[in-house]
Amino acid sequence: MGLDIKLPIGLMFSILGLLLTIFGFFTIGDQEIYKRSLGININLWSGLLMLIFGSVMLFFAFRTARTKKENPE
Amino acid sequence: MATGFVLSWIDYLVMIIYFVFVLGIGWALKRFMKDANAFLEAGRAMPAWVAGLAFISTNLGALEVMGMTGSGTKYGMLTTHFYWVGAIPAMVFLAMFMMPFYYGSKARSVPEYLKLRYDEKTRGLNAILFAVMTILASGISMYALAILMEKVLGWNFHLSLVLSAAIVLAYTYLGGLSSAIYNEVLQFFIIVIGLLPIVILSLRDLGGWSGLEHQLAPIVTAKGYAADSWTTMWKYTGSTKTNPLGVEWYGIFAGLGFVLSFGYWCTNFLIVQRAMSAKSSTAARNTPLIGALPKMFIPFLIIVPGIAALVLMNTPGKGFALPLNEAGQPIYDYTIIMLLKQYLPAGVLGLGITALLASFMSGMAGNVSAFNTVWTYDIYQSYIRPVTGDKLADGRHYLRMGRYATIFGVLVSIAAAYLASLFGNIMDFLQTIFSMINAPLFAVIFLGMFWKRTTGHAAFTGLLAGFLLALLHHGLTFPHGADTLVKGGWIMKLHEYPVEMAQNFWTAIFAFSTATIVTIGLSFMTRKIKTDDELKGLVYSLTPKLVEENVPWYKRSWTLATIVLVIAMLLTILFW
Repeated sequence: MGLDIKLPIGLMFSILGLLLTIFGFFTIGDQEIYKRSLGININLWSGLLMLIFGSVMLFFAFRTARTKKENPE
Repeated sequence: MATGFVLSWIDYLVMIIYFVFVLGIGWALKRFMKDANAFLEAGRAMPAWVAGLAFISTNLGALEVMGMTGSGTKYGMLTTHFYWVGAIPAMVFLAMFMMPFYYGSKARSVPEYLKLRYDEKTRGLNAILFAVMTILASGISMYALAILMEKVLGWNFHLSLVLSAAIVLAYTYLGGLSSAIYNEVLQFFIIVIGLLPIVILSLRDLGGWSGLEHQLAPIVTAKGYAADSWTTMWKYTGSTKTNPLGVEWYGIFAGLGFVLSFGYWCTNFLIVQRAMSAKSSTAARNTPLIGALPKMFIPFLIIVPGIAALVLMNTPGKGFALPLNEAGQPIYDYTIIMLLKQYLPAGVLGLGITALLASFMSGMAGNVSAFNTVWTYDIYQSYIRPVTGDKLADGRHYLRMGRYATIFGVLVSIAAAYLASLFGNIMDFLQTIFSMINAPLFAVIFLGMFWKRTTGHAAFTGLLAGFLLALLHHGLTFPHGADTLVKGGWIMKLHEYPVEMAQNFWTAIFAFSTATIVTIGLSFMTRKIKTDDELKGLVYSLTPKLVEENVPWYKRSWTLATIVLVIAMLLTILFW
């Protein structure tokens, strides 16, 4: 239907992942956050997971677009 | 016990980014909406993996997420019956035996299949009941979202209601079914990633699965059940008294595993519509099978945290409690909310709240997009403004009508939400009543697909008889502890069930059996009007079998179906 859903999914998760990773990085040592999430910097890890997922989706989106360009039918 | 959250700027930023993408998808799809086929059927162009994830996401509404986590706390792993025996066999059956007819017949909706297979009156009955049911469900979902926003985030009830309705309206109006499906895929991923931290942190807090089992044992035995009754599924279903669900194995197997699940997964157009939007017959078959794979693992995302919550609320040092209702009982539906509050700091908390909002909206948008299709094709086109023969003009006209129906559907949903806020019990009652059509509908469609002798008059009468018997059964029975007639016994209190779930299972069994017997009996007594030629593509024995030629064995539907069934059996054995 004209739009490859992998592109918005990849973009959104990359942006959210980057946001949470940066936020997690700047809150290293924040005792309130560590206390609540049992000593894990949950923002940093969730952010990295989302960033990886978003990047994989973007990779597949661009690969699909390239394949379509080379082979339109 | 306060349920409120204090959100920080980053939580709001996560929400805003998500909604920008949701609306952006609708906007990006707007230019492809050239006719009714594109708007109401997604142009039948969806890849199987997209349709498959939408298929499962439509079912993953917030009432499901919140309700099932609460059920995990109340009933433990027994809740998983709704995901394994109560879903997987039906999804495999839909894929392998029913999708070829739904898709191959070129029917644009389940009611239209009934028209092609039987007659106009059977279609009309199903279309009208379905249209009312979807609007009720959408309204109740909207109401629940607004209440949640009010209690948890302190947002104004009316503002939450209008804002959520406006977002759903915007993206379904712009991009139709395609937009709803694409957003359901987006919502699926955000729900999984948003709730995953709760699973990890709650299990880590309790020392993993073995730690959870160990700490659960004294709590469960104090309730009068065996130590492992919260972490097993079938072991204690020999009697209604030995398991917290209060239903014996036969009720689970026949009521949930057969009648209710087949009635829901195989005939509910809200679900089947996703598979009907697939780009080919093979993709349509694979849609429920692809959906079945994540479906089997969703219990680990929403039921396991519910079980962990039971331990947390019984361990004083953890500082975890559920809010209480007026009778002093825990409100189990708030389990997931309180877990979010317990473990998630700013940042991932915004992600968790966004996941809940996403699940509310996927439920609403699914109902609205199914409603506008049934309204446009099965009611408006059939009874008000039939096709004229000018295909191009018709396509544009029904596209306009589909868009009007979307606006109408959302507005009526808002009205239903306000009715739910004033007469909550009555709305629950109406939804219960209208959902009773699923079991007899499955009987009628099943007989129509697999027995060419079934007649239109018999199907209509069977559908009506099954529905009326379900009503009668509900009116004569009630669950233990029911304090309102909404739960049943509104004609007279003839029989008491130990729990409401048992009453639901048996209502479905009686409705299905009645519809089957009446339809078979009357088919022998009425004349078969449709010829074998007319039934080609609609009935199993008269349709050439779909052969997947030039498809490697590992890409065939049967291979995927076998993998799904094997995984389901392994999981069942693991948690027996």
